[in-house]
Amino acid sequence: MKQLIWIAALLIAGATTLQAQKIKGSDTCLPLSQKEAENYMKANPTQTLTVSGGGSGVGISALIEGTTDIAQSSRKIKFEEKQKIQESGKTVKEVIIAYDALAIIVNPENKVTNLTREQLEGIFTGKITNWKEVGGADLKIIPYSRETSSGTYEFFKEHVLKNKNYKNGIMSMPATGAIVQSVSQTKGAIGYVGLAYLNKEVKAIHVSYDKGKTYVAPSVKTAKDGTYPVVRALYYYYVTKSEKLVRPFIDYILSKEGQKTVEEIGFITIDK
Amino acid sequence: MRKFFEKIIEFILTISGATTSIVILLIVVFLFKEGSGFFTHPEIENGYALCVNAGNPVNRLTPFQIKEIFDYEIEDWQAVGGNEAEIVPFRFDEIFSRYSDEELGEEYEFLPEKLGEVIRETPGIVAFLPMQYIPKDQPGVKMLPGENLHPADFFGGKEWLPTTTPAPQFGLLPLLLGTLWVAFFAILIALPLGLGVAIYLSELAGERMRNILKPTIELLAGIPSVIYGFFGLVVIVPFIQKTLNLPVGETAFAGSLILAIMALPTIITVAEDAMRNTPSTLREASLGLGANHWQTICRVVIPYSMSGISAAVILGIGRVVGETMAVLMVTGNAAVMPHSLFEPIRTIPATIAAELGEAPTGGAHYQALFLLGCILFLITMLVSISAEWISKKQAHKKGF
Repeated sequence: MKQLIWIAALLIAGATTLQAQKIKGSDTCLPLSQKEAENYMKANPTQTLTVSGGGSGVGISALIEGTTDIAQSSRKIKFEEKQKIQESGKTVKEVIIAYDALAIIVNPENKVTNLTREQLEGIFTGKITNWKEVGGADLKIIPYSRETSSGTYEFFKEHVLKNKNYKNGIMSMPATGAIVQSVSQTKGAIGYVGLAYLNKEVKAIHVSYDKGKTYVAPSVKTAKDGTYPVVRALYYYYVTKSEKLVRPFIDYILSKEGQKTVEEIGFITIDK
Repeated sequence: MRKFFEKIIEFILTISGATTSIVILLIVVFLFKEGSGFFTHPEIENGYALCVNAGNPVNRLTPFQIKEIFDYEIEDWQAVGGNEAEIVPFRFDEIFSRYSDEELGEEYEFLPEKLGEVIRETPGIVAFLPMQYIPKDQPGVKMLPGENLHPADFFGGKEWLPTTTPAPQFGLLPLLLGTLWVAFFAILIALPLGLGVAIYLSELAGERMRNILKPTIELLAGIPSVIYGFFGLVVIVPFIQKTLNLPVGETAFAGSLILAIMALPTIITVAEDAMRNTPSTLREASLGLGANHWQTICRVVIPYSMSGISAAVILGIGRVVGETMAVLMVTGNAAVMPHSLFEPIRTIPATIAAELGEAPTGGAHYQALFLLGCILFLITMLVSISAEWISKKQAHKKGF
């Protein structure tokens, strides 16, 4: 009995002295952070990392409240959030750990393959409502979007819609997987997903940002050489106070080995 | 000694009862406290303000007007009560493409000055700027006074765009009506089916059939709602789309159908229990007077168990209104005013579930979601109270 108590006490003491780092936030970054943390812990058995999702907003508010060491985010920190961190006397630091290309997808039966940014804007803001207006069949366009507060939603709005609002009453899906599912079974559908989610059941649109001169298909290669335009950054945020604690892990992600994992997961490395 | 133990157990039971009530009360208080904070937020995103040229007579823009302006839907000042002039929406980031970093200074100390310049030179401008860089004291710049969010805009608003900048749109109507719309049709589908099964189980089914059917139906109640949602998305949605030849399968109808299936176990179990509670003396009296089996069911059993059946329906409504995951997955979540059963809609629980994760804590969006929670709470409370009221009223009528 006495031994048991001793062991328990030791375990508790051990758990508290081992500094566990917590990473929390965006679901887009989640698979990447998990894999990186796994590999990192294998290389450094003394370190413990716990990774959890919840969304970019959740991660950043956890950072503000001090319940996480690193906030992972698929959008840039908002002005309001930055102010809150500053109010509590901390300074926030930002690191880009990888890039993610967004593919615009349609149903495989759809004949349209090329769209310009202006056409995409028209479709998602509700100005263009039929596929025949962009060279397709006479079919109603059903645009699918992510939920209003997802980082992907914000990015697409800023980057492709030039800050205009989505059309009122756009279909919004709770997860990227649901968009793929819906687009694959709805003929007139169009949606946007991370490059890693592309599969045979949907068709990726070739996008042009120069008013139709060149259309580029999304792939790791085109995203890397800069020809594919719809690319966003994935961020880690931490406060300067915990720099010592979190920096080794971040450095590991930015290292060659860490970036190899980035590629394996289907994201784009930072040296693009 | 034994008495002592009994005393202790009594004490523990009292305590656990009290804590449960207190916890529930605290949750409600918390919900309403967060929700009521919503109206203390400014209409424009926190930390920002709108500035116009001093020559502009417009002093107030509603959140909806602001949204339309920045979407280039309203393009003339006349439409919002100003002079005839083109509106030039200006976002903060644009300043960086007009001036180089050197011109703006290392710590952006010249930024307000440059912003002032831009505003002075563009008579039709409406600029969306962070508070700290606003060129307040400069001539030719007028800051629009920011008002707090109005209850009228929330309760009467028809657009739900909570992350829009500069002015988020928090319109309750599409969500509230969407919720009631789906719930209404779900009950409409579930009620005849549920009552039919309940009558069959309590009056017509043999003992063996009952022993098979009852546990099966109760099993339905135990299936997690995500599973229903998943089933709905993969099976029901494409099925509806194909058979009805709709452009899109994620509709209010798909939601109603799934919710009807989910409400069935509740309706069936409660209604069946009520019917089986009909005293056998009543039944025998009816049969003894020469009424046949069917007449007994219609004239004796159903009227007698009316309160139980009403309770079943109302409990079913309660289950349907608050259901989250399944509707989130099959209704398409488009925040539009419902006008057809075959269009996507968005419900309150789905909105809360989908958005709370990413809303900045304590912000207007966050508290708007709590306010939605309050409204949902009020709806379900109303439902439970009316269930209670109906069963009491029925009991009185019968003279118990």
